Order: sequence, then structure tokens, then C-alpha cells
Amino acid sequence: MAKTLKEMEKAKEKANLVTIYLDGKEAKVPEGITILEACRMEGFHVPTLCYMEGLSSWGGCRICVVEVEGQPNLVASCVTPVREGMKIRLSSRAVREARKTNLELLLSNHPLDCQLCDRNGSCELQELAYEFGVREIRFGGERKTYAVDMSSPSVKRDANRCILCGRCVRTCREVQSVCAIDFANRGFDTFISPSLGLPLGESVCINCGQCILACPTGALSEVSHVEMVWDAIEDPGKFVVLQTAPAVRVSIGEPFGLPAGTVTTGKMVAAFRRLGFDRVFDTNFTADLTIIEEGHEFIGRVKKGGKLPLITSCSPGWIKFMEHFYPELMENVSTCKSPQQMFGAIAKTYYAQKMGIDPKDMVVVSIMPCTAKKFECQRDEMCASGYQDVDFSLTTREAARMLKEKGIRLEEMPEENFDDPLGISTGAAAVFGATGGVMEAALRSVYEISTGKTLEKLDFYQVRGLDGVKEASLEINGMEVNVAVAHGLGNARRLLDQVKAGNSKYHFIEIMACPGGCIGGGGQPIPTNLEIRMKRIAAIYEVDKNLPLRKSHENPAIKKLYEEFLGEPNGEKAHHLLHTHYMPRERI
Amino acid sequence: MEESLYREIEEIIEKYREEETPLLCVLQEVQEKFHYLPRNVLGYIAKKMNVPSSTVYGVATFYSFFETNPVGEYVIRVCKSTPCHVQGAFNVLQALKRELGLKEGETSKDGKFTLEVTSCLGVCGVAPAMMINDVTYGNLNDERVREILALYRR
Amino acid sequence: MFYRTHVLVEMTSSSVAFGAAQVKEALEREIERVGLKNEVKVLETGSFGASLPSPFVVIYPDNVIYAPLRVQDVRRVVEEHLLKGRVVRELMLAGGLEWKTSEFAFPFPLAKETRVVLRNSGFIDPLNIEDYIARDGYMALAKVLTEMTPQEVIEVIKRSNLLGRGGAGFPTGLKWEFTYKAEGQEKYVVCNADEGEPGTFKDRLILEGDPHSILEAMAIAGYAVGAREGYIYVRAEYPQSIRHLEEAIRQAGEYGFLGENILGSQFSFWVKIRKGAGAYVCGEETALLESIEGKRGEPRVKPPYPPQKGLWGKPTVINNVETLANIPPIILRGPEWFKSIGTPTCPGTKVFTLTGNVNNLGLIEVPMGITLRELIFEIGGGVRGGHGLKLVQTGGPSGGTMTPDLLDVPMTFDTLPKYNSALGSGALTVVDDTHCIVDVVKSFGEFFLHESCGKCTPCRIGNKRIVEILEKISEGKGTLDHLEELLHLGRNMKMTAFCGLGQAAPNPLLRCLEFFREEFETHVKEKVCPAGTCQLKSLQRTVR
Ligand SMILES: Cc1cc2nc3c(=O)[nH]c(=O)nc-3n(C[C@H](O)[C@H](O)[C@H](O)COP(=O)(O)O)c2cc1C
Ligand code: SF4
Ligand code: SF4
Ligand code: SF4
Ligand code: SF4
Ligand code: SF4
Ligand code: SF4
Ligand code: SF4
Ligand code: FES
Ligand code: FES
Ligand code: FES
Repeated sequence: MAKTLKEMEKAKEKANLVTIYLDGKEAKVPEGITILEACRMEGFHVPTLCYMEGLSSWGGCRICVVEVEGQPNLVASCVTPVREGMKIRLSSRAVREARKTNLELLLSNHPLDCQLCDRNGSCELQELAYEFGVREIRFGGERKTYAVDMSSPSVKRDANRCILCGRCVRTCREVQSVCAIDFANRGFDTFISPSLGLPLGESVCINCGQCILACPTGALSEVSHVEMVWDAIEDPGKFVVLQTAPAVRVSIGEPFGLPAGTVTTGKMVAAFRRLGFDRVFDTNFTADLTIIEEGHEFIGRVKKGGKLPLITSCSPGWIKFMEHFYPELMENVSTCKSPQQMFGAIAKTYYAQKMGIDPKDMVVVSIMPCTAKKFECQRDEMCASGYQDVDFSLTTREAARMLKEKGIRLEEMPEENFDDPLGISTGAAAVFGATGGVMEAALRSVYEISTGKTLEKLDFYQVRGLDGVKEASLEINGMEVNVAVAHGLGNARRLLDQVKAGNSKYHFIEIMACPGGCIGGGGQPIPTNLEIRMKRIAAIYEVDKNLPLRKSHENPAIKKLYEEFLGEPNGEKAHHLLHTHYMPRERI
Repeated sequence: MEESLYREIEEIIEKYREEETPLLCVLQEVQEKFHYLPRNVLGYIAKKMNVPSSTVYGVATFYSFFETNPVGEYVIRVCKSTPCHVQGAFNVLQALKRELGLKEGETSKDGKFTLEVTSCLGVCGVAPAMMINDVTYGNLNDERVREILALYRR
Repeated sequence: MFYRTHVLVEMTSSSVAFGAAQVKEALEREIERVGLKNEVKVLETGSFGASLPSPFVVIYPDNVIYAPLRVQDVRRVVEEHLLKGRVVRELMLAGGLEWKTSEFAFPFPLAKETRVVLRNSGFIDPLNIEDYIARDGYMALAKVLTEMTPQEVIEVIKRSNLLGRGGAGFPTGLKWEFTYKAEGQEKYVVCNADEGEPGTFKDRLILEGDPHSILEAMAIAGYAVGAREGYIYVRAEYPQSIRHLEEAIRQAGEYGFLGENILGSQFSFWVKIRKGAGAYVCGEETALLESIEGKRGEPRVKPPYPPQKGLWGKPTVINNVETLANIPPIILRGPEWFKSIGTPTCPGTKVFTLTGNVNNLGLIEVPMGITLRELIFEIGGGVRGGHGLKLVQTGGPSGGTMTPDLLDVPMTFDTLPKYNSALGSGALTVVDDTHCIVDVVKSFGEFFLHESCGKCTPCRIGNKRIVEILEKISEGKGTLDHLEELLHLGRNMKMTAFCGLGQAAPNPLLRCLEFFREEFETHVKEKVCPAGTCQLKSLQRTVR
């Protein structure tokens, strides 16, 4: 497994060191790491394509080759362990030529139309071609042509741009444990294929989009809703309402050159207002609402002896995963819709009524860190007002592209506020964007609602951070409540298998499909890597800390919503509008 | 697909229950039964063996003896590796194409023959050679090709 | 029961294709009809070693060969020869011209032959374990189990300097030692019987003719390295080998040579067969392991090597069939005996398979160090049709290309690399001078294109581009730049490919570009093929 720099530094403290020579420079590095890892530790850059932090090594692209003295062949640095006394040449002529040749070979079977490609500007292949100074492709010949697969509501596959690095396959298998895609055929005919050669839309793919983040090229991207949103904005007969997810405000600055982890809430609001939305609202509002509904659901189950552990339901990637792989846990999953869907439902009922707008003329657009939300908003059962709760769901990337298309420079925007009332939210909603956030927000409210006491320490550090599975416990009314949090479905399986086996000690479990939670969602700006995930998470907690209200049940707009419209949490109306149901799916 | 066919597949899987990672064995035996591995069969195997169906598909398309599309009753695999090539494999392939009216990779309309080329069959001592299902024929020339095909045409 | 006469019917994949099974049936029927059932026994044997006319039948001890023997002639042989003792000359091999052989073997000169791994092939009924036992079969296993420690076994193999016959020539003893020393309770022995290298069929003949020798060797290996289980990975193209192995495993189990507490010792060992499904790359040891594990046959990252992490992550020793066939004789006769054969640095024998444009096609086992000249001109009877020799591909497409100037180089693992060549599997493909070099190189290229697993860039796309360029050249559309591109692609593949397949794939191309440069240039400059064997009618031909 490819290690992170930090893990390597840790390894260095413990392990035996070996001496190697990188372009003549002596270095002492831990035994057992690869040449590539050693180079990165020592500050040498080695180009890569199929290598990816956090995934098993593949060694197929042969871009990272280096020369090892005494060895007749060049070796792939990403899979070759260091040995004592190894003399490594990183940039000899042979190395340069080999890398360039392999890159040219890849390009000889590749459409050369970057201008038309989703990844123009963020493509690793393009960048390498630039860096290596590729000016011609010496090897012509057959180029494979495949039909673009648009069958999935979330992920578009253009195999013509695929370089068979396998990063998507390994992500889907090793991170998500979904295995929706794999290599098929062999030799020059090899391609990446969803289950049984079916289109992706008919496979077990859970739409998480992690493969898109992993893909170095434009072979994988989101199914775009951009044109539909332009149409809606420009249609004078439509009242277009925008909601922005908690995780977007800490990432959308990146495509505009702001450093990862910059909080851009105010600028973002201003920018989208200028884009032409009639209202700019906040998904955080319904994140607070989710906590109220889900919190009461939990309290209810504990009181009435309902099915436990309760498992969160705001990640549509996780929901589809459950429907395919753990249908037997369906009753454990909260019936709450996700914040995105609750928002659509409230906007087209409560808000539409308030404003006197016919819901059929209202278009709800969301900006999400997520590709699975595109699928979620199209689920048949998501129609509280009689119309689709949410009409279109844009990823952070698409939203940034729309701003750029209109010449709006986010970084230069003034700070503006969300519209009222669906733009009012608390810190508890903000932390939804990071793994552990839903649990933390829920604990804050569940504790206070059920005990009537004030929670002294609002920060639940045990459930924060990037460990795959985290746990905490809290005494509520004399009961020891055990909670657990998992992000990335490979990690989630560990908890789920316990629940399935009936030996889970937990009462409440949060599951987010994407590593890091939504800040690492499949719709986020590329690159999204470990380091960037950590920065975005830090930003999320900064947002939480700086908000005057940090508990969902203290959100005044939410209180008003119940008073004016919904009645009781988990009451009949709430149930009708804000809750949903699931269905088992084939495991093909 | 008929219920009974699914049962047969299940029996095959059951037979290898004790084996570690018997996917290849199962695919081979199932293919013997059905001549090829249709998509629903692969899906069923995946489900029963608890292997991701993308993996099953990847495996079934990797090996040249697995067919994921319908093939003829007799699959003719003509060797075109160099030892056969320099002994006239090209002419043998031409003869087969002529006799069967098929191109490489095609199946005859009556569903009887599929013509494929393959790598060395390990009988280069009797080059040029071909395999029809699992029987090997060597020392091929136009005349022997005609004779052999006659055996299968009956 | 004592039989005065044995009728041996060669039963191999190819002879079955020629109707050997029907002939055997007919023989049994006729023998019963004439009442000789208690005197004459019909036996199936493995290959007699060469590509003899089929069906091939030997009457023993008379040493009379009837080949090819057709079903309709069986009655005459039985009535005349077996009943009346009168040899039917016109049905005999080569019309009876070579009707007596002292040993069952080749119709070509045998002076150089030394049989170690083929010691039993053709002499025994491979389907009868007693035949094997009668020729010291399972004696080596018994010796190992009763007299030797695992370390001693490894020491003997190390001292013999047996080099792996699968192609790479790695010392077998060392490999066993690594596996022995590797941590782990569970270990495996794997026999590589995927034999896919074009021009190679030695392993098939050993498996068909002497399957017990492989089982015995695997059990010895298991004892030496500490494994209880062995797998034989046989290619799908060898159904007959699989049948013989299955029967041999059954019988060995019955006789207690495989299974629990073998020969009353503490040692238990089981062997299972796994069948390939048509992928040359699965001959590469780690791809083979992937395949046994039910995956796509893509090679693994090395290190770790199989002795550290092999099948299902457990220490695994992988050996070729021919390598294993050497084990029992080495145990029984000692490493010194083994080293007395062959050359000091490369001892023992090697089975060579003669294919292509040579008069005597077939296989022969000779001491290491023999020259190509001897192999092709003495044993092989020279180039067919009196043509000149253009090249000999040794060890199949992945091996080396030997040109006529190298005919006197001793054939060993260590000498050939000095000539940019390789012994490889021992396949010899003779190409005569009527063939066009572009066409021959293209044929090698097409093989690799078909068999590349597609995992790495240089091999997946490189082979495609190479074949495309060669096609252009053979269509008269080549340029001098194309030749440079070929060189460049070839070198790149050799330098950067992931596994041995891609690293070796350009060998014939690079060698031929060097040696036959002129012929390539004539193709691209003058757009003509000097050999004039063009298969594309559109090309103008001139005969020089
Ligand atoms: C592409 C490729 C194909 C190979 N095919 C075979 C094969 O068919 N049979 C074989 O025994 N070894 C084959 N090998 C060599 C094996 O990887 C391995 O070295 C061998 O089985 C080890 O056995 P040995 O030490 O007894 O030679 C192949 C290697 C490569 C790279
Ligand atoms: S994938 Fe990259 S290199 Fe290919 S067209 Fe798109 S941007 Fe250009
Ligand atoms: S980079 Fe070059 S090819 Fe691409 S758009 Fe600009 S000028 Fe055109
Ligand atoms: S979207 Fe997620 S589940 Fe679907 S293929 Fe990509 S990684 Fe796998
Ligand atoms: S789709 Fe992208 S990530 Fe997947 S193999 Fe192709 S290039 Fe790599
Ligand atoms: S974790 Fe967030 S981004 Fe990922 S699928 Fe779930 S909701 Fe979408
Ligand atoms: S060299 Fe060829 S066969 Fe080997 S891993 Fe690369 S693509 Fe596969
Ligand atoms: S000229 Fe003819 S013989 Fe020569 S390579 Fe081309 S096709 Fe083959
Ligand atoms: S990055 Fe090392 S081979 Fe691809
Ligand atoms: S649920 Fe809204 S950011 Fe993830
Ligand atoms: S080359 Fe055709 S059988 Fe070996």
C-alpha cells in the first residue's frame, strides 16, 4: 500500500535505515519503502501516473522508471523497494527517453483534443505531455474508439481518454469495496468495464464519484447538469432556488486559485447571486433540520426499543451501497431524507407557499460536493410536493465552471449573506461536511433535548479526523450511548458486518461514503488528496467555531419552521415531507 | 434461462466448494456445459460464489478459451505461431476460411463452426496444427483440412 | 500375469487426433477374437518422443513399429504378426526400412541422445503406476523420506547445480532453500505446466508419457521446503496431459505415494490440477499464481518473489515440468552423476524441440552444451528441401535469435546470453532462407501482441505499434524512419516492460534488425521483398 509522507516519516523513526544515492546525493531512508517514496521524502520529484497515495501499487504505466546502477532494465520506482547501497539515477538520458516514449505510446492511443475534454487544465496526462516537452507523437496507428457511457445518473465514462492506470478500479475496490468496475479483455483490447460489461448505470456503482477523483485523465467525469441549470436560470417563468452544501464553501475557492482550506462562504454567496439564481439558500439549514428529525428518531428508538443501532442516511452513496450489499440492515438506517432532499421538500412546500409560488414553477438547484446527489435527486420517492424535490444537482466543479463561464471571479467577490429564512444555520450543520460531523451535531442536540441540560464541551474530538473508524461514548440520562463513525465504505464494512452479525455494541453509527466525508466527495475540485482533505476539514471546524449558534435545535429558523408549518419533529407532516424509504437492489 | 440450468451451475459451484479460489475451474466447467458464458450465467456465478461480477467478467474476458459471446458447436482454433507459420499455417487458415466461408472470429450461420486463430498449441512437431474443441490435429494441408471438416460436418 | 507380447499404442493429443484410440480398441477386439487375450497385452504409452506418423504402434519385445497403423489394417497385424509371427512389412514404419530399433525412440540418429527426463517416456504405460515403479519410480521419494532431512535434500539439489528448465535458468536448489527458509506454516509447490512458448512441447510429452515422475518430484519438493500441497497448472490445450495426470494422481494416492503419512512417514502431500484457459502470460510464475487464485493472469510486482509470498500469499516454490523430471534421478544417482553430464556450469541434459523448416521434426534429449549445428544438421537432418538456413529461434519468440554464424556456440544457459541470445525453453524453430525476414519478425510480433496481458504501457501499446509498422513495411509502405521507430520501440519495451514477456518480446526484432538490416532496408527503399515470399498480392515481386 502506498504510504503517505507522514506515515513514512513515522516509519523512519522506527525502522532500520538503509543508505541510498539519489542522483549522487546520499540519503538514509527506512528499509522497505519504495524508491518513489524515498524520492518524495528526500524532496526529489518523480513523475507518476498509475501510482496513487493510499492505493495498492500497480506499476503498469512505466512513467516513473528510474535507472538503478548494475541493473540492465529501468525499474518502476513506485514498486521497487530500496536496497542498501542502491545508486539511483532519476534523470539520465535513458530515463528521460523511456518516460517520454511511454507517454507518447499512451498518447498514440488517445484523442488529442484537450479543448473538448472535461479535464482540460487538471489532467495529469496533459500536464506530463507539457512537462516532458512532447511535441510530436512518433507512433501512429490504430486508436481504440469506444462509445461514451452516459448510462449512469452520476458518472460519465469516456473510455477513449482512459490510459488504463487502474486507479479507478483500485479506488472502487480498495477504498469503497464496491468493485463496480474492473479491467476487461487483454492486451491492446483491454478496457475498464463495469459489472458484466453492462453500462455503469446498470451496475452496482453507488455513484460516489471517488473514481473520478482518482482518474488522472478525462476518462471519468460527472454527468453534467450545467446546461439544464443555465436553461432554468435564463427561463423567466422559473423561480430558481439554490442551495449550497456544507462542504462546498471550503473547497470552491480552489478552482479559483485560493489555497485549499480557504473558507469562502460569503464570496460564494455573492458569486452565485450574480450567476442569476433567484435565491441563494443554504443546505446547512436543512442539515440542522436533519439533526432535529434524526435526533428525535434516535431518541424515539431508544425509548420505544426500536431497531438499533440507528445508522445515518444523509449520504446517498452509502444508501445505495446499503441497498445492494446490506439490505438486511435497511431497518437500521434512519428514514430521514438527506439535507439536500429535505431542502427541496421544504423549498417546494413551505417556502413556495410562503412566497405564493406554484411549486411547478420552482426549480431547486443544489451545489454539492457529491456526484451521488445527482442520482439521489432523481429517485422516484423524492417528490414531497408532487414535483421532484431537487431538480438539478451540480458538483462543486461544475459550479466553479459555470462561474468561470460567466466571468465571475470568486476570489474577487465581496462577502454577502445567504437569503432568509432557508439560509440560516448553526455550526452543527457546518460540520456535516466532514466525517464525524453528523454524529457530533447529533450528539450536541440529542444530549440537550433528552437531558434538558446544557452540554459543556461541544467539541467531540474522538469522532473527528481521518481514522477509518472512530468511536465515542457519552452518558445520556444514565445510559452509556456508544457511537461510531466510518467514512469510505471499505471502512464502513467493518462496522456493518458487526451489526449484521448482531454483535455491534453501538447505538448510533454515522456512515459517509466518501473518505473524509463530503469534503472528500466525488464532486469536489481535483485534486482531492489526503493533504487537501485535511485542510478542508480544518476549515469546516473553523466555520463551526466562528458561528454564534452551534446546536441545531437552537436554530431560530428551524424552530419557526416547526411552529409555522411542520408541527412536531417526526410528526405526521414531517414524516410525509422529510422521511423516505429504501429498496433492496440486485448485487450484479 | 431455465431453472434447471441454474441448478446445474449451482451443482458445479458446489463441487468446488472445498477448493480455494476455484473461479477458473467453475467457469471452465460451466462453459463446457453451455459452450459459452452468457452474461446472466456470469452474473449468477458471481452471486453464488460471492465474487464481484466485474471481477468475473474481467476474468472471463481475459482468457482466450472463454467465450462471452455465442460460439459454434465446434470451435476451430488455428495456430499461427511462428513454427506453424513457417510450415504454412497461413495456407491452412486460408483453406479453412474458404471451406467454411468464415473470417477469423466468425461463427457459421448453422451454428456449427467458429473459426479463431490462436497461439502455439504445443504440437509444433506436427505443424501446422489446429484444435477443434479439445482435439488437436496436425500436419495440416488443404486436403487434410477438407477431410477433417468432413468428420464434423456429418 | 505374464504376457509374451506387449502391444504399445502411442496415445498423445496428436495421435488421438489421428485415431489412436480407435486403433487401440480394434487391437483389443481382434486380439480377443483370435484368442490371444491372455498372451498379448495392449498398453497405452506416452509419446515415443518424435512426431512420428500416427497412430504409432510398437510390438514388444519384437521391436517392430507399425506406423501409421489404420483401423482397417489392425486385423492383418493381429492375424499375421501376433498369431502367426509374420511381420507385415508394408505396414511398418517407413515401409520397414527402419523396422528395428534397439530402444523405442526416434527414427533419426540417436548417438547424441541421453535420456534423463525422458527416461520413461515411451517405455512405460503412463496410465499404469506399476510400470513406473518397476523402473525405480518413487524410489527417490522413499529415499528422501527415510534417509534424508529436508536440508540434505536441498543440499543435494544445490550441489547438482540444476538450473530451472522453464527458461530463466535459475538454480533450483537456491529456490528451494529460499522457500524452505521463508516464514510460514503453509507453503506450496507449484508445477508450471503452462508451456506456451511457441515451438515448445517437451513438457507435454513428459506429462503424457511419465506423469508419475512429476508427482514424485513435487512430493520431494514438498518435503524439502515444508509444503503439504502442490498444484500443477496445465494449459487448457493439453487435455491428454490432464487426463494422464488425473489418473496418475489417483493411482499414486491408492499406492500411498500421495496423501496422508506417505510411506508411513510423518510427511503428507496432496497434488491438485488446475487448468489454464488460454493465456501464454500465465506461464510467467506470478501471473500463474494469479490465475490459480481465480484472477486475471496479470503478473505481480516482484519483489516479493514467490518463495517469500506466492500462492495466496504463502511461500511457494514454482518449477517447470522438465526441471522437476530431473529431481528423482538426481536424488537416486547423486549430484556428481548429474554434473558429469553437460557442461561444468550448466550440467545435465536438455530437451530440445525441433520445429520449423527442418527435416526431422520432433524432440530429443541431449547433454547441455551441444551445438546448433549438431542439433539441426545431425539430429534434425538439416534444413528441409535443401534450402539455406536463415535463422534459428532458440527458446521460442521470447528466447534468442541465432544466425548461421552462431551454429557452433554451445547451447547452455550461460553461453547464449553472451551472443544476445537465450536458451529459454529449448525450442528450436528453424527458418529457411525462402522466408522473408519482415514476415518472420512480424509473426513473432503478432504472437506477443495476442498474448500481452495489457497491464503495462510499453508492451500493451508497443507491441501493437511494432506489428503495425511491420505490416506497413510488408505492404511496401515502409520508410527508413520506420526502422528507427522499430528500434526505439523495441529498446523501450526491453528496458521498461513490467514482466518477462514484454522485456523479451522485442528480442527477435532487435536481433533481426541488426543482422538482417540490409533486407529490411531493401523492403523500405526498393519496396520489394528479396525473399519473394510475399503473401500480399498487391506487392510487386522481383526475384534476384
Ligand atoms: C512470459 C513468460 C512465460 C513463461 N512461460 C513459462 C512456461 O510456459 N513454463 C515454464 O515452466 N516457465 C515459464 N516461464 C518462466 C517462469 O516464470 C518461471 O521462471 C519458471 O516456471 C520457473 O521454473 P524453473 O525454475 O523450474 O525454470 C515464463 C516466463 C515468462 C516471463
Ligand atoms: S484526458 Fe487529458 S490529455 Fe486527454 S484530452 Fe483530456 S485533457 Fe487532454
Ligand atoms: S494549447 Fe495549442 S492546441 Fe491547445 S488550444 Fe492552445 S494553441 Fe490550440
Ligand atoms: S462512482 Fe464509486 S462506486 Fe461507482 S465506479 Fe466510481 S468508485 Fe465505484
Ligand atoms: S478511467 Fe481513469 S482512472 Fe480509470 S483506468 Fe482509465 S485513466 Fe485510469
Ligand atoms: S459522503 Fe458526501 S459526497 Fe460522498 S456520497 Fe455521501 S453525500 Fe455524497
Ligand atoms: S510486459 Fe506485457 S505481459 Fe508483462 S505485464 Fe506488461 S503488458 Fe503484461
Ligand atoms: S515483402 Fe512480402 S514477404 Fe516480405 S515482408 Fe512483405 S509481405 Fe512478407
Ligand atoms: S507510477 Fe510507477 S509504474 Fe505507474
Ligand atoms: S450531506 Fe451535505 S455536504 Fe454531505
Ligand atoms: S506453433 Fe503451432 S502448435 Fe506450436
